Amino acid sequence: MTTYTMPDKTGRYGNFGGRFVPELLMPALLELEEVYETAKNDPAFLQQVEYYLKQYVGRETPLYFAEQLTKKLGGPKIYLKREDLNHTGAHKINNTIGQALLTLRMGKKKVVAETGAGQHGVATATVCALFGLECIVFMGVEDIERQKLNVFRMEMLGAEVRGVSSGSGTLKDATNEALRYWAAHVTDTHYILGSAVGPHPFPLIVRDFQSVIGKETKRQIVEQTGKLPDAVVACVGGGSNSIGMFYPFIEDEFVKLYGVEAAGKGVDTDLHAATLTKGDVGILHGTLSKLLQDEHGQITEAFSISAGLDYPGVGPEHSHLHETKRVTYEAVTDEEALDAFQFLTKTEGIIPALESAHAVAYAMKLARTMSPDETMVICLSGRGDKDVEQVKSRLEER
Amino acid sequence: MGKERIEQKFAEKLASGEKLFIPYIMAGDGGLNVLEERICFLAECGVAAIELGIPFSDPTADGPTIQKAGVRALKNGTTLAGVLEILESFKTRREVPVILMTYINPIFHYGLERFAKACVRAGVDGVIIPDVPLEEEDLIAGFLHQHGIAFIRLVALTSPKERVVEIARRSEGFLYAVSVMGTTGVRQHHDEHVKEYLQTLKEVSPVPVLAGFGVSNGEQARDLGEYCDGVIVGSKIVDLFNEGKIKEIQELIKDSLMTRSKA
Repeated sequence: MTTYTMPDKTGRYGNFGGRFVPELLMPALLELEEVYETAKNDPAFLQQVEYYLKQYVGRETPLYFAEQLTKKLGGPKIYLKREDLNHTGAHKINNTIGQALLTLRMGKKKVVAETGAGQHGVATATVCALFGLECIVFMGVEDIERQKLNVFRMEMLGAEVRGVSSGSGTLKDATNEALRYWAAHVTDTHYILGSAVGPHPFPLIVRDFQSVIGKETKRQIVEQTGKLPDAVVACVGGGSNSIGMFYPFIEDEFVKLYGVEAAGKGVDTDLHAATLTKGDVGILHGTLSKLLQDEHGQITEAFSISAGLDYPGVGPEHSHLHETKRVTYEAVTDEEALDAFQFLTKTEGIIPALESAHAVAYAMKLARTMSPDETMVICLSGRGDKDVEQVKSRLEER
Repeated sequence: MGKERIEQKFAEKLASGEKLFIPYIMAGDGGLNVLEERICFLAECGVAAIELGIPFSDPTADGPTIQKAGVRALKNGTTLAGVLEILESFKTRREVPVILMTYINPIFHYGLERFAKACVRAGVDGVIIPDVPLEEEDLIAGFLHQHGIAFIRLVALTSPKERVVEIARRSEGFLYAVSVMGTTGVRQHHDEHVKEYLQTLKEVSPVPVLAGFGVSNGEQARDLGEYCDGVIVGSKIVDLFNEGKIKEIQELIKDSLMTRSKA
């Protein structure tokens, strides 16, 4: 068994990662790195995180044996890691609780965040309400239109939502604007980045706070089946729920790990968000990773039915795990995700987020190649209430 | 050519008691066919060098004005390769140093060493890359150095003293002092401590110090110029070109370079 020690001191995951940011932000990143290094070795801090995750978020989340799904598919025993049961309905809050506590530790009173579908924005606005932090969330104008309810939620929680109309008015542009805002207010503001992307130490911090998913899963599956799973499946946009799920399993080489990207209308069209499957190496939002770009190094738009996967980049650690082949990355289309969305809803009475439905869709394919004495875990990263309206209109178009 | 041309040109101007003025323009804004004309016009106005922006889809260090100029330039089909080609086509007809400013991804995608070589061919003298801090500069610094292209470093108001000293020590051509908290764009005034900051930079920097970001008129330029070697004006120039106010650009530069009367 090889020991996995990524990232190194410079924030590199093999050939990927780093911190490609203006000098103005470097001191803040160095401060964050230092504060985080101390915090993660401070039992009082860890206890505080654990307290809020248990009492406020409602962890641990169940690892649910999906008996009906298992029967229907006739392959391995399938377990669902129920991140959809967290407070605010997705895994995002695992990270925002941790980063809000870091914000307090740094003595900062203000928070800025980016959001795509609004899940990370809501999770950030929630912890800011809880800890009395001022909160500004940047959100693309397209996304504001698509996710009105989440905008209202954030505002109810006391956050200020600022529309971003530059570029395509989606997550990528909201991230640009959050970075610009952070540069102008870096002395009193912390940037709570929502995915395992961005400059070091963000991918590390997000991974560590999300690792609670994989740690719990590992313990729970052994309790329930007496052994580690044969396969673990999670969806990948920026890659926060998947890295949180995968990380504790990386050294267990016999556990096969599958990351599922959004193929949108298909990976052979221009309309997809399959960064690892189709992208190439470049630098966006402070990190060297795989991304979608044209032949001149201009970032291209991602496309997916799922706003949470609609990002032209991916976390640097995923690029590394892709390169080393420790994780297998696959892509499923909008249509496949929609089918899986309905299938899980009907079979188990669980409405998955469209993001998570991508993981379910691939798991359904993978199950056909596995035997009944094997086990598979799917990370159900969020619940699908937010997507019901969109799914309805998509199904009506069919 | 390259780093030496910048150093020589700047030294001459400073020796004659002049301040340095660098305008920023976005390549391809207004069409690539006006690039030569604009560069030559600015050279005639007496600028020390020209900072030439190459548009990038995600310019996180830029404010609204330059973002919009970038969008216009990209719509005109501007690419790094295309700009290098045009610069090469009239390099013998210009003496003013040209400094490219772009983000690391277009350069990375073009090829780091290929870029350094292409700069030499195109007569590019220096490069500014705002999203490459000290920690990441090994990626490209070696190639630029090898080909004699000045790698101009940026220092910020948030940089602690040790970093300032290290950045200044490494900077080639000049030290770019980012003089606001945030992105490029017009500001009404600069904080009082910007002057202290510039004075500190002057004390530790072996190369000339120029203040940039937020400088938009002659008054500001002269004001900041008292504490450093000159200024870089971006958004205002971009706006004036876009509005076709060529005469005002001339006046802005003239006004900025006016010797301040000691009252």
